[in-house]
Amino acid sequence: MTVLIKNGRVIDPTNDLDEPKDLLIDKGKIKALESPGKINIDTGEKQSIIDAKDCVVCPGLIDMHVHFREPGFEYKETIESGCRSAAAGGFTSVAVMPNTNPVNDTRSVTEHLLSLAKTKGIINVYAIAAITRNLAGERLSEMADLKDAGAIAFSDDGRPVMNNELMRRAFEYSKMFKLPLIQHSEMLDLTEGGCMNEGIVSTELGLKGMPAEAEDIMVYRDIALLEKTGGRLHVAHISSKNSVDLVRQAKSRGLSVTCEVAPHHFTLTDEAVRGYDTNTKMSPPLRTISDVDAIKKGLKDGTIDIIATDHAPHDIVDKQVEYQNACFGIVGLETALPLSLKLVDEKILSMSELIKKLTSTPAGIFNLSSGNLSLGNDADILIFNPNFEYSIDISKFHSKSKNSPFDGWKVKGKVIRTLVRGKTVYPTIEN
Amino acid sequence: MMFKLKNILGTQCLTEDDITTILDTVDSFKEISTRPIKKVPTLRGKTVINLFFEPSTRTRTSFEIAGKRLSADVINIVGSSSSAVKGENFIDTALNLEAMHPDIMIVRHALSGAAEMISQFIECPIINAGDGYHEHPTQALLDLYTIRESKRNLEGLNVVIVGDIAHSRVVRSNIYAMKTMGMNVKLIGPPTMIPLEIEKMGVSVGYYLEDAIPNADVIMMLRLQKERQSKYLLSSIREYSNLYCLTSKFLEKAKDDVLIFHPGPVNRGIEISLDVMESDRSLILNQVTNGVALRMALMYLVLGGNNDRTN
Repeated sequence: MTVLIKNGRVIDPTNDLDEPKDLLIDKGKIKALESPGKINIDTGEKQSIIDAKDCVVCPGLIDMHVHFREPGFEYKETIESGCRSAAAGGFTSVAVMPNTNPVNDTRSVTEHLLSLAKTKGIINVYAIAAITRNLAGERLSEMADLKDAGAIAFSDDGRPVMNNELMRRAFEYSKMFKLPLIQHSEMLDLTEGGCMNEGIVSTELGLKGMPAEAEDIMVYRDIALLEKTGGRLHVAHISSKNSVDLVRQAKSRGLSVTCEVAPHHFTLTDEAVRGYDTNTKMSPPLRTISDVDAIKKGLKDGTIDIIATDHAPHDIVDKQVEYQNACFGIVGLETALPLSLKLVDEKILSMSELIKKLTSTPAGIFNLSSGNLSLGNDADILIFNPNFEYSIDISKFHSKSKNSPFDGWKVKGKVIRTLVRGKTVYPTIEN
Repeated sequence: MMFKLKNILGTQCLTEDDITTILDTVDSFKEISTRPIKKVPTLRGKTVINLFFEPSTRTRTSFEIAGKRLSADVINIVGSSSSAVKGENFIDTALNLEAMHPDIMIVRHALSGAAEMISQFIECPIINAGDGYHEHPTQALLDLYTIRESKRNLEGLNVVIVGDIAHSRVVRSNIYAMKTMGMNVKLIGPPTMIPLEIEKMGVSVGYYLEDAIPNADVIMMLRLQKERQSKYLLSSIREYSNLYCLTSKFLEKAKDDVLIFHPGPVNRGIEISLDVMESDRSLILNQVTNGVALRMALMYLVLGGNNDRTN
């Protein structure tokens, strides 16, 4: 199968490319990139032409932080539905967090996930395995075995490693496998019973707050341990101003620290919680405008390496309850691109810088070969129209769950087509 | 004037006119409770559901009596005997009750935002009887009514609220209502019980009771909610009491006409001494009496009101 993508603005940060180009795909690989009009093919049974006029053509997006809920919580999401949601959002690779049931803390679960992904998944799925067995924060998981089975990183996401000694040993032990530890940074003893950021809004609403310091203290602790042990730290969904500063300082000392931010943490503040919409409940919580400003600054100066969605699907049963009783998290894959494009509109990032944070940089941190348009690579490609305006409609989501605070938002930037290894996976699925 | 609010979810959304209308309306209902036959036909044929997911004596009884004195049919549903114990979602409970066509639902819930949430699912008017640490509007309104009875004018009065500010819905409702009426509010309590950034609600904050007393027109003592305390908020009840129990010694420095309030239930000797409770400055029982009239007025107003309200 040969596919020619014509008339698009091709952006490939890895190869420093941002210009009109035609892109030729052959047998699932990127075969040629030439000036517009130079490549000509006939359409036919084995050949097709995609007109990408007015569109950006870039590497398929990579989301290193998703929850696909399988096994164990298939009523919220499955690998199959999660992959469809990802494809609809322009993502061609995702990494799934291990907080399933059973937890992904052993070779057999990792292998099961990856084989499910092969048969049911329409995009590339990578597995993040647990740092500790059963996410219990007591004993290290069998990291060598897990890596051998395919795990690309370790995390107890949602259940931060509270024990200092254990975290130290986790850094040391993981060092030999050269895989990063991803921490959901939250001192649980400071956030017990909390359900939103602590501040004037939590005070007025009478909801127990989760202070930003709960995040800051763990980020600081992990950096301090890392400085001693070596190893690699990736801070998940950074949300507070001081945490961004801590990562910036650690980077300036040359430490191997990276971090990600979720789109909701640079588009919403805790003011959104007024009215008690449980789709504004996530962990870390929506914070204040000064945190949002600090995150934008961190995105601009490179402190924040990547954008990841923390895609956390929850069924209505888990969300249509009292605010304090609602599950944490929102679906993110199908809103990430238009929300992130706001950063380009606000001139915080150039289009190329934004795409880099969604493609080649996450690929670099997690050692994936994708995320670029180099010749010979798998043709994982996103075509999107950055100026197409529309309203977000949660009822149209491909995810099984609809828990999003962005319903009805007017946004710009629409996924036109997503291809994995040269085959279209959105809006239709090619066999 | 016409009263336009369908739901009374909190005092935050009440204007000065709303509050004045409510308080003015209470006057005409108060007298009913002093009659030999304490019943008027105002809400005859109406159904009031008291939906209480959290224990309550005073508020539930007050709403029940208020409804009955207006001739409404009042049904009480208490959390421990409702289908909540079978695991029914509280929205489903509310929807099922609404299907029986009540005219007002009175909702009490242990979690903040519960009344507002129910209001998004049902059409029946709702009066919030307390949600978590968020709002308790009828308590604040009856407090204002009781203050106005003694002081005539609310504007410019200095109110001191003392105790566990963080875990009090009474405080939040009173702050909104009192600020709307032009009153000055000072909050007193240990820093562990003062929630973050509460000054942004237009109040001042202090830690010592004696500093706030000389200037106060009203002192409102809050109940120490022993059942809600995390173990880190207090050193001991003894020390709390030493610092914050309103005793006659403190009152020596108070204005002669200071009013003393407590929303109840009282922990005798912990936040207020028995002699102060029983002194002529204490209006604690007046608050309870006025609570019935206030709730009668509110039900009347929410259901649209009419001219022959008390006959």
